[in-house]
Amino acid sequence: MVDAQTQTVLFETPLLEHRRAQRTGRVTLRLRSDEDVVGVRKQVRERAVAIGLSLVDQTKLVTAASELARNTIKYGGGGEVHLDAFDDGARLGVGLLFVDAGQGIPNIESALRDGFTTGGGLGLGLGGSKRLVDEFDIDSRPKEGTAVLIIKWKR
Amino acid sequence: MERIPILRMGDLLLVTIQVDMHDRLAMQLQDDLTQRIVSDSAKGVLIDISALDLVDSFIGRMISNTAAMARVLDARTVVVGMQPAVAITLVELGLTLHGVQTALNVEKGMALLGKSYR
Repeated sequence: MVDAQTQTVLFETPLLEHRRAQRTGRVTLRLRSDEDVVGVRKQVRERAVAIGLSLVDQTKLVTAASELARNTIKYGGGGEVHLDAFDDGARLGVGLLFVDAGQGIPNIESALRDGFTTGGGLGLGLGGSKRLVDEFDIDSRPKEGTAVLIIKWKR
Repeated sequence: MERIPILRMGDLLLVTIQVDMHDRLAMQLQDDLTQRIVSDSAKGVLIDISALDLVDSFIGRMISNTAAMARVLDARTVVVGMQPAVAITLVELGLTLHGVQTALNVEKGMALLGKSYR
């Protein structure tokens, strides 16, 4: 799943090392096409089931993954997603880090607001995704790229 | 090309979405349904999403748009069978499927569209 093209770092961000000591696995998938979004949904669902997330939490995580994967393709010009497994000693979690080398998000605060869109969508992707997960972080620099991190912990 | 099949029953169109749709496939379904409402003079559209384990903002928008297009073409749309986990997620995401009629299952959806289904 990781090929030569995706092994180069698209966008240098501290989020790549978020909870590094608690990370127990990482798989990287490429995000270029509509079909890639469906592939990410499937892989995320499998991981969510594997750590025993409830059906509602699985659905929330997969839906957030779908929104963010689409953003990476539509606004970031494509990129990749790192699927991470976490174990913080007390609980297991699934983490996703979406990375692109696109134009960046000029104003993160307004991008997080419901209804804000530059792409003709509903403007629910970023803010909506944040509500569906336990941890959410964004790092973006103009003309360098964007990274969006989400984690869902098993309750 | 890959397509979601649309069945006709009297003046109703029935769609059961059973695959995880990518965005182009969802747009294709919206276009196909709108065309078929006109070509089949359909009065109602019933969309069964009981097999869908995810409705994100794109699919949600496709459903809302389809219902709106059907309305201006003098047809009603009912969406049936949404899974509870999907409903919870949709609302937290911020999507309300404004203007879309829903029913718990196909039978109740048919009743809403004014058909007895026995």
